[in-house]
Amino acid sequence: MASGTSDTRPLSPHLSVWRWHATMLSSILHRFSGIVNYIGAIALTVWLVLLASGAEDAVAIFTSGSLSWLTAIGLIVLTWSASYHLLNGIRHLAWDIGKGFDPAGSNMRSILIIALSFVPPALIWFFALSGGAS
Amino acid sequence: MSMVTPAKRINRLGSAKSGVHHFVAQRVSAIALVIALPLFMICLSQSGAPDPAASRAFFGSAWGALLTLITMSATLYHMRLGLQVVVEDYIHGTAMKMGLLIGNTLITYGLWLAGAYALIRLAVTG
Repeated sequence: MASGTSDTRPLSPHLSVWRWHATMLSSILHRFSGIVNYIGAIALTVWLVLLASGAEDAVAIFTSGSLSWLTAIGLIVLTWSASYHLLNGIRHLAWDIGKGFDPAGSNMRSILIIALSFVPPALIWFFALSGGAS
Repeated sequence: MSMVTPAKRINRLGSAKSGVHHFVAQRVSAIALVIALPLFMICLSQSGAPDPAASRAFFGSAWGALLTLITMSATLYHMRLGLQVVVEDYIHGTAMKMGLLIGNTLITYGLWLAGAYALIRLAVTG
């Protein structure tokens, strides 16, 4: 943001001078998972429209054809990113009412949320693939 | 050297006065999604999707249609607000920024209209 200035003093520290820590990772993952959710929502809505118009065969290669493995990976990633974004989003709501800013607790909650984010996708896919009607 | 005083130069160039609405709308849609999204994910994953007949039966049922409409509306609204912030944070070229912001609006609103139409059509035709 300092383009156009002739000031030669160091700018604010760049990413390379920071060691990775948990709160930094959880913040970056929040944006990353949000963008993954954006792409997933587009894909699911397009699929819904195709279903309604009876044109779902147009993407049959992704649902039952030779690329269905790619869809399965995409949906597993999407259930993870939605779970992470939701859990970390609850933390954002807690921040908004002024709770949860202590450094030690923030680090602990970052790690806890990243670990917990794998539980809902594991449960959803376990029940979908083993106990589901399909 | 401009003869205009600093105060004159910045006069009326304040904020757009829409930031609070953006902030509140982001939080309210987030709370809606905390409730709706887990229900939607569980119901869709148990519906037999992506089998076409089972999926159409789910989206065509009263509960499936309502849950999908609520989740889809909150999601598209929330993700439009969210991606807008990402674009404003990282994209500084005017043409690219405006293009992405307008594209963000057109994609999310267009998908909402298309998705709502699809749900109505499935509810009517079965």
